Amino acid sequence: MSFIEFKNTSKSFGPLQVLTEVDLSIEQGEVVVLIGPSGSGKSTLLRCINGLEMITGGDLIVDGLSVTAGKKTLREIRKEAGMVFQQFNLFPQMTALQNVALGPRKVRGLSRTEAETQAQELLDKVGLSDKGGHYPSELSGGQQQRVAIARALAVKPKVMLFDEPTSALDPELKQEVLNVMLQLAKEGMTMVVVTHEMSFAKQVGTRLIFMEHGKIAVDDDPRRVIDTPPNPRMKDFLSHVE
Amino acid sequence: MQVDWSIMIDFIPQLLAGAKVTIYITVLGLIGGIILGVIAGLMRAYGGKILNAIAFTYIELIRGTPIVVQVMFLYFALPVLADIRIDPMSAAVLAIVVNAGAYIAEIVRGAFLSIHKGLTEAGLAIGMPHWQVLLYIVGPLAFRRLIPPLGNQFIVSLKDTSLFIVIGVGELTRTGQEIMAANFRAVEIWTAVAICYLIMTGTMTIALRAIEKRMRIL
Repeated sequence: MSFIEFKNTSKSFGPLQVLTEVDLSIEQGEVVVLIGPSGSGKSTLLRCINGLEMITGGDLIVDGLSVTAGKKTLREIRKEAGMVFQQFNLFPQMTALQNVALGPRKVRGLSRTEAETQAQELLDKVGLSDKGGHYPSELSGGQQQRVAIARALAVKPKVMLFDEPTSALDPELKQEVLNVMLQLAKEGMTMVVVTHEMSFAKQVGTRLIFMEHGKIAVDDDPRRVIDTPPNPRMKDFLSHVE
Repeated sequence: MQVDWSIMIDFIPQLLAGAKVTIYITVLGLIGGIILGVIAGLMRAYGGKILNAIAFTYIELIRGTPIVVQVMFLYFALPVLADIRIDPMSAAVLAIVVNAGAYIAEIVRGAFLSIHKGLTEAGLAIGMPHWQVLLYIVGPLAFRRLIPPLGNQFIVSLKDTSLFIVIGVGELTRTGQEIMAANFRAVEIWTAVAICYLIMTGTMTIALRAIEKRMRIL
């Protein structure tokens, strides 16, 4: 069985159908890049994987567990699926180090010392060794997003979900976040990334998925399809992104 | 009759005793009110349909009736209805608990719901159960937003204790009235009573300011 498996998955918000009978399998080690016009369902698809949105039809299996199996199973899935948000969503009352250490302490049961030692290692990894004592409001957007990546990694997930991680950043700050993501991909982390960064997709993406009206329209090797889109709407979309 | 401010000194001990009762009712009442308010507020914000409906009914019942009616009900009607007899002091404390609880519930609900939803999602996404997210992430942030409206409610509740004159609790206002009945010194007595209230509410304001200052503004 694949690591993540959408089986005829649908999602609607009331009368609004956002995902329509999606079938998709993602294996460990893949870096899947999701693109598509706004409202095409790419963020929703991502948020269904860790149950921030509950699917309304079909099934969705993550690491052998169904997202519909109840709260406890969902928490197990969330431990295996770290998420990074467009708006960073760091806890403002905690320092960078405390942000990263919270998950391991509360979810993995580490002691404060253990959690903070590990948190410091993760901050080193994302290039913020000396920022542990800073509050989010004292950090730049790029730094905040790197703390957010460290926070997600701290729970030791098997897959990382990125929801437009660079969209809220100034162009000169995007690269520092993308570099951390590139490094993660090189280390073999399974990643599902909603982004408009086509250079990232080409560089490390193993798969590119173009979504339209809640369905997967294109699912192929990014290097093959970015330069020669097989679908006129994808071609149109890419011309607006580049 | 000539106004003679110096006689204010004579009834200071009596007024202090009355003020003590006022403080006693207020402090006990607000402790209970905060507990009840947090529970009802969280039921409103996060409870299912049934919990929400219970809290909503309680809040509307209390907010829709005057506190004098509530304390009269507790003191005079409850013994008839349920054969529960309570002394005036307990009725007074209970009235503040129930009354302040309803207003605090709405304050708590508002403060919790005002915290950006993304933070809750971030907490859930690292695998924390919802109660942990509320306790460690949303709660501490909501607490900071709670303080100004809570201070307001503390002052209102303190002043509301003066209404318990109707069931004969010997708090500050009632004490003032008793002294009045003996010497008819209206100007001096009511001035002194007003000053006592101002000192108490002023102390509360200063204390809340201090707490607010110590908090990081987020």
